[in-house]
Amino acid sequence: MQELISRLKELLESGSVQRVLGWKKGDFTFNPEPAYFNSAEELSEFVYDGFCGANLSKYMIKASNLEGVTAVLLKPCDTYSFNQLIKEHRVIREKAYIIGIGCKGKLSLDAIKAQGVKGITDIKGAEIDGDCNELKVETLYGEKTVSYKDSMLERCHVCKGKEHMIYDELMLESADTLDADRFTDVEIIENLTSEDKFTYFQRELSKCIRCNACRNVCPACSCRKCVFDSTKFDSEQKANVDPFHESMFHIIRAFHVAGRCTDCGECSRVCPQGIPLHLFNRKFIKDINEYYGVFQAGEDIGQTSPLTDYTLDDMEAEERR
Amino acid sequence: MSLTNEEFRPKIVAFCCNWCSYAGADLAGSSRLSYPADVKIIRVPCSCRVNPMFILRAFEKGADGVIICGCHPGDCHYSTGNYYARRRMTLLFSMLDYVGIERGRTRVEWVSAAEGVKFSQTMNEFVETVRSLGKNVRLGDLRCKN
Ligand code: SF4
Ligand code: SF4
Ligand code: FES
Repeated sequence: MQELISRLKELLESGSVQRVLGWKKGDFTFNPEPAYFNSAEELSEFVYDGFCGANLSKYMIKASNLEGVTAVLLKPCDTYSFNQLIKEHRVIREKAYIIGIGCKGKLSLDAIKAQGVKGITDIKGAEIDGDCNELKVETLYGEKTVSYKDSMLERCHVCKGKEHMIYDELMLESADTLDADRFTDVEIIENLTSEDKFTYFQRELSKCIRCNACRNVCPACSCRKCVFDSTKFDSEQKANVDPFHESMFHIIRAFHVAGRCTDCGECSRVCPQGIPLHLFNRKFIKDINEYYGVFQAGEDIGQTSPLTDYTLDDMEAEERR
Repeated sequence: MSLTNEEFRPKIVAFCCNWCSYAGADLAGSSRLSYPADVKIIRVPCSCRVNPMFILRAFEKGADGVIICGCHPGDCHYSTGNYYARRRMTLLFSMLDYVGIERGRTRVEWVSAAEGVKFSQTMNEFVETVRSLGKNVRLGDLRCKN
């Protein structure tokens, strides 16, 4: 970590980058937030640990319009998103100096709370230099120890691997976190009766408060004009009050990002209602893999995405499983 | 009022491409072949004009079944439109299956301008399938309304 900060200082001081896009300390140890650092002094606030789950690639859309080069810190999974954004002409490659940083799995406060921990005031053991085996959680009711693995975000259990798809330089060690198959839950749902499927999804989707957080955080959801932009309020970020958009939001959004979603897991991470949004995206990914050949968005910029492509002998819709 | 399946008349939306399927429907008419009046045809320039949102919108507005008809693969007036439509519809319909919309409510069928018979048969079959499934309430209520 010290080594990373010195390197960032060096980049800023030498003038080779104008700013750093990373994470700064939050109010607690467990809520750092994305931030720009314009000078070496500002780096005193810098942090990178197990709670830095936010994917910074989307921030590079705006940063691409800023003066000079931005040094951006990307975890292995974030680099898929960055590649996809290059492909969609939403970021300018030359405006980014990509520091591919290691990752030992990112943590979820909800996963920690789900282990029966309440009143959290501090968490130790998420430092990137540590061994990331155990977390010491200080609470209003005393100290508790939980396993790092059980406290990870869902997406880290199904990690695509710790290899960076694009970078200018690499820093910090990674650790393997993959211990599940990402399509297991999709398969379980596929095997339900249509009534049970509906009951399941209706229950999940009824929790949605249409805050638009999932759309706003999604690197694939970076259209200049979004179908869900509000036409009725001054703020486009507000949800539209159209019953159609209300009830079909999740399907429409998932379809819009089909073939472009890298499965970065940000939507599920930010949903304040804990809706497993990745189940929609992964259904499309699974179908695409099965029907049109294995495809990973953001892996290879040169590859045509499956929905802007076809073959003469594609299967018919009626032949779907 | 009791509504039994026999009395139930489903609302069916059929998106038909101008160049083949719409002409096929025309031929069915001029050949005096019948198909249920429950089918409302919406003419589109090409099957690939059908934005997946059109289908969801149709369901939301109360359709009980939606069918897309276009030129046979290889015959699209715009050469490749239906190839793209085929992928899109496969994925969208698979997603609808996944959220619990009965499979029989969606369909893709390729109907040429010469296939008046096929058009009428397809519509008769499709209406029958949807009729047996009953009213579509699920897509109108994917999120609990209360
Ligand atoms: S983040 Fe969750 S609650 Fe907010 S709009 Fe998305 S699904 Fe709904
Ligand atoms: S929901 Fe659709 S239109 Fe809106 S930003 Fe995402 S992909 Fe673009
Ligand atoms: S014109 Fe008929 S499918 Fe394209």
